[in-house]
Amino acid sequence: MSDDAVTGIEAPIYLQYQFTAGRAPARFLQRLKAGQLTGQRCPGCSQVYIPPRGACPACGIATEEEVVLSDKATVQSFTIVYIPIPGNPIEPPYIVANLVPDGANISFIHLLSDCVNDEVHIGQRVRAVWKDASEWDYSMDNIQYFKPIDEPDVPVAQIGKLPVSGWGAGA
Amino acid sequence: MRDIAVVAYHQSDCLASAGASNEVELIMPVLRQVFDQVGLHNAQDVDFVCSGSCDYLQGAAFAFVAGVDALGAVPPIRESHVEMDAAWALYESILKIRMGHADSALIYGFAKSSPGELPIVLSQQLDPYYLAPLWVDTVSLAALQARLMLDKGAITEADMAAVVARSRRNALGNPRAQLAGEVSVEELLAEETYVSPLRRHDCCPVSDGAAAMIIATVEQAERWGKPYARITGIDHRIESHNLGLRDLCDSVSTRRAAAAAGVADGAVDVAELYAPFSHQEIILSRALALGESTAINPSGGVLAGNLMMASGLSRVGEVFRRIVEGEAGRGVAHATSGPCLQHNLVAVLEAA
Amino acid sequence: MSPADPLTQDFELGFTYTRSTGPVVGRFLTGLRERRIEGVRASDGRVIVPPMEYDPDTAAALEDFVEVGQEGELVSWCWVSEPRAAHPFERPFAWGMIRLDGADVPMVHCIAADSEQDLVTGARVRASWVDEPRGHISDIRCFELVEGGAS
Repeated sequence: MSDDAVTGIEAPIYLQYQFTAGRAPARFLQRLKAGQLTGQRCPGCSQVYIPPRGACPACGIATEEEVVLSDKATVQSFTIVYIPIPGNPIEPPYIVANLVPDGANISFIHLLSDCVNDEVHIGQRVRAVWKDASEWDYSMDNIQYFKPIDEPDVPVAQIGKLPVSGWGAGA
Repeated sequence: MRDIAVVAYHQSDCLASAGASNEVELIMPVLRQVFDQVGLHNAQDVDFVCSGSCDYLQGAAFAFVAGVDALGAVPPIRESHVEMDAAWALYESILKIRMGHADSALIYGFAKSSPGELPIVLSQQLDPYYLAPLWVDTVSLAALQARLMLDKGAITEADMAAVVARSRRNALGNPRAQLAGEVSVEELLAEETYVSPLRRHDCCPVSDGAAAMIIATVEQAERWGKPYARITGIDHRIESHNLGLRDLCDSVSTRRAAAAAGVADGAVDVAELYAPFSHQEIILSRALALGESTAINPSGGVLAGNLMMASGLSRVGEVFRRIVEGEAGRGVAHATSGPCLQHNLVAVLEAA
Repeated sequence: MSPADPLTQDFELGFTYTRSTGPVVGRFLTGLRERRIEGVRASDGRVIVPPMEYDPDTAAALEDFVEVGQEGELVSWCWVSEPRAAHPFERPFAWGMIRLDGADVPMVHCIAADSEQDLVTGARVRASWVDEPRGHISDIRCFELVEGGAS
C-alpha cells in the first residue's frame, strides 16, 4: 500500500432496473419476433414511423394505427466504419446505413453487407437478410444485415416516400 | 413585473406501476388534457416548454429527450429541461415570461420510478465521498430526522399517524390517488415499524405517472378566455448537503422561501405541501406558520401518491384547481427536493 | 403473448466512476487509511467531521484540521429491519448520526447491533475498522455500542 496521500476513490455505482419497452415498442418487437417489420401511422400527418414509440414527434399526437412494412428498403445515408468499436464483434470495415423500409417515412439504422463497399450509394435498393426463423427473438438482430438487390435506384426526392408495394419496374 | 396566470393543469393517476407505458406514453395523455383545457393544438401554440424529470429513476439515459416526442416539436420549439421536480421547471418558465421572452409556457414532469429501487437510486444524489458510497437510502435519512423530532418532543408518533389518517381520508375525494381510505390513528399506530421510527404508512408510496400545466401572462390568459389563478409569489431556497449542519427539526429554507414569496401577506385557505414523510408535513406546516383555518393537503398530498419529479408541480396544480373551482381564494403550494427537505420551493396563488 | 403484455427485461446500469478527492477529502481519507478520524474547524469554532472544504457560513476555505475521538454519542438512529441489497449489512442494522468526541457536527454512518432494543439515543458508540483500510469512508466498517457506555 502506498504512503502517498489519497487523491481519488473508486466510486462504482451499479443500479438494478426492470426495463419496460413501452406499449408501442412492445407491439413492434412482438411482430419482429414473428419476422415482420411494422410501423405506426400518425393520424394527423400520415407519416409512418419505425420503430414506433407511440407518438408522432412532428405533430405531438398519439399514434395507434399499425402498418405492416416491407423488408425491402432504400439507403438514405451510410457510413463505412474503419475503426474497431470496443465491444462490437463486427470486423471493420463495415457499413452502417440509414434505411427506409418501403411503406415507412422514417429511416432506422442497420448494417449493410454482402456488397462492394465502394459501390454503396444513396438511393440504393436493399433487402433484409433474416436469421433462421428458429433464432428469432424480440430483437432487430433477427435481421443479420441488409444486402443490395437488383432494382433501379430511388431518386433522392423519392426516398422515404415509397408505398409498401415498393419500387418495381413500373414505379 | 408581469403577472403570471396558471391556466390549465392535469395529473395522471398515481399508479404503483405504469406497466408497459414508456415516457412518451405517460406524458402524451396529460399534455392532451392541458392543451384541450385551453383549446391549443400542441406545443407550437405556446412560447416555451420546460420539463422536469430524472433519467436515473427508470435507468434510461436521455429519457427526457425521448419525452420531447410527445410535444410536436416540428418546426423546432423553445424547450428546456431541469433534472429536478417540474416545480422548478415552472420556476424557470416564470422567469422566462417575466423577462419578456415568452407570453406562455407548457410545463410537465414525469415519473417512472417503478423499474428501479427508488430509495437506493436517490442515495446517489448524496455526498459522493461520505454518504453515497455507504448507500444510505432516503427513507433511512427521513427516519433519522423523525427520531430527532420525537426525541426532542417536537412531535409524537400519534401526530405522525394523524397526518397519515387525514391524507388517506382526503384522498378518498381524489380519483388520482394511489392510497385512500378511512383509517384511524389507533389502527395506524398498531402497525409494525418499517425503518423505525417510521412505519410504512409514514412514507409516501412509489408511483408512476405525469403532470402538466400551462401558464401565461394574465393578458394572454384573458385572450384565451379561460379561468385562471394568479401566481403572486414564488421563491426557492436550498440548505447544506451536510445533514449534520442542518436543523433537521425545522425547515429554514422553507421559512425563507415563504417570506420571499409573501405567504404571510394574506389568509391561506389551502396549502398543498410536498411532504414525502408524515413528520415532514408537520415541519413544513410550522415553517409556513399555517393555522387551523388552512386546509392542508386536501388532495391527500404525496403520502397518497408520489410522482417523483412531478409531485411538486402537482402541488401547484392542486391549489390552482381549488381556486378556479371557487373552493379557495388564496393558497400556498410547496415543492421539495433532496434528503430531509433540503431544497424547498414555495408559491402563492390567488384568485384572479 | 398477447399484444397487451408488457415486454420487460432486467438490466444493470453501471458506472465505474473514479472521483478526485481534493486536499480536504483526501486528507480525511488518508487519515482513515491510518485509522485516524480528522475533522476541520469552522470559522465559528465548530469541528465538522467529516471535514468540508468551505465554511458553511462564510464560504472561507477551511484548513484547521483536528483529530477527533473514535468514540462518540448517538444523536439519532433508525433501525433497518429489512436491509436492502445495496446496504452494508445483510442482517438488520441501524443508521446513525454520531457526534464523535471532540466534534460538534454529527456524521452519518452505519451501526451494528444485535437488536433494536439495544439502541438508545445518547448511547456511546465506537468506530470499528476493516482489516485493511484503503482510504475510503467504508474503512470504518461500522460503529459499535460501547459496553456500559450509555450516557
